[in-house]
Amino acid sequence: MTDAEVFNKVKEILVDQFDLEDDEVSLTTDLTNDIDADSLDLFEVLNRVEDDFDIKLAVAEDIKTVQDLVDKVKAQLAA
Amino acid sequence: MEQIKIVASARQIPQRTVTNDELSAMMDTDDQWIYSRTGIHERHVVTTENTSDLALKVAQKLLEQSNYDANDIDFILVSTMSPDATSPNTAALVQAGLGANQAFAMDLSAACSGFVYGMSVATSLLSSRYRRGIVIGAEVLSKLVDWTDRTTAVLFGDGAAGVLIEKTDDAVGLLAEDLRSFGDVNGYLVAGRFANANAFSGEITTLDPFFHQNGREVYNFATREVPNTLTRVLAKAELTADDVDVYLLHQANARIIMSIAKRLGQNIEKFPMNMNKYGNTSAATVPILLDELRADNVVHEGQTIALVGFGGGLTIGAQIWKL
Repeated sequence: MTDAEVFNKVKEILVDQFDLEDDEVSLTTDLTNDIDADSLDLFEVLNRVEDDFDIKLAVAEDIKTVQDLVDKVKAQLAA
Repeated sequence: MEQIKIVASARQIPQRTVTNDELSAMMDTDDQWIYSRTGIHERHVVTTENTSDLALKVAQKLLEQSNYDANDIDFILVSTMSPDATSPNTAALVQAGLGANQAFAMDLSAACSGFVYGMSVATSLLSSRYRRGIVIGAEVLSKLVDWTDRTTAVLFGDGAAGVLIEKTDDAVGLLAEDLRSFGDVNGYLVAGRFANANAFSGEITTLDPFFHQNGREVYNFATREVPNTLTRVLAKAELTADDVDVYLLHQANARIIMSIAKRLGQNIEKFPMNMNKYGNTSAATVPILLDELRADNVVHEGQTIALVGFGGGLTIGAQIWKL
């Protein structure tokens, strides 16, 4: 899977979960400050990412931005 | 279908209310934080009563409502993770208070799945040798809460509720059930650990009465496995999710329920909630909700309903009823 494909799939999940416009999500989007995601929102997003990519993600304290999330997914896919 | 009628339901809630604002004066939290993450505004706590007192009041109300005499009852089952004591069991204290001299009494421990597990046992008893029984979920969780731990203190409350059920010739009853346990992940939600030591050992385990939970894993478990259980139980009942009129889910967290409703493709209005008033009362949440909805006629004859508990163990239980 290319980097762009991973990002697009993650973006799709975030757009659906938070009812956003497509152009509101970029790699630099901060999940707490820009999207107003709380800890449970993050749990839900991680669950959906795990299901859609068929991977396991560890606890999310160091996922602050979309880039962080994409990097975690890429690391799991490469493992 | 196992032809069983829910004859009556009743609840007993302690009078003292503890609001989020009151908790915010005791620990670093606030109403907006608690409510947005859990759906809880306030909870009730006992100030003089214990679990058996709440359960007894429920049982007394059930008899009054149903017009049965205490001696008409074959069994009393109390589901609780916060009994007065390990012995005598809570149900025995209820039996004594009622004067239900023909009834046998037992407790069942399955945390937040307790009421549904209790209904499974009770309906099995009715389908075999007995005619009529009482099933109660009763909790005083305030005695298991670390009131300095803001991650758990905001979640739990006290309360009790239950039903009187009996065998019937009416075309109503239990359509299907699915109970499952996940003991391999038991550590994600724990409470009430006894100290273990004797005259011949060192200290084997220390006393730890308080709740501890892994929030991420519990959320993960509930939002993934409860839809799986509902899918299985609906298949057993030969129904679709659309066929169920009201889903009565364990009232732990509004966000968990919203996630489950979404995964099932069901309108959230089919998932009534009252944790805003009571918090998580473990085995009591489902029967408290059931009693409130029956009183408001939101749940009534002619409907198909789902009762779903999930939590410590970890455990899940679901039943589909035709009322």
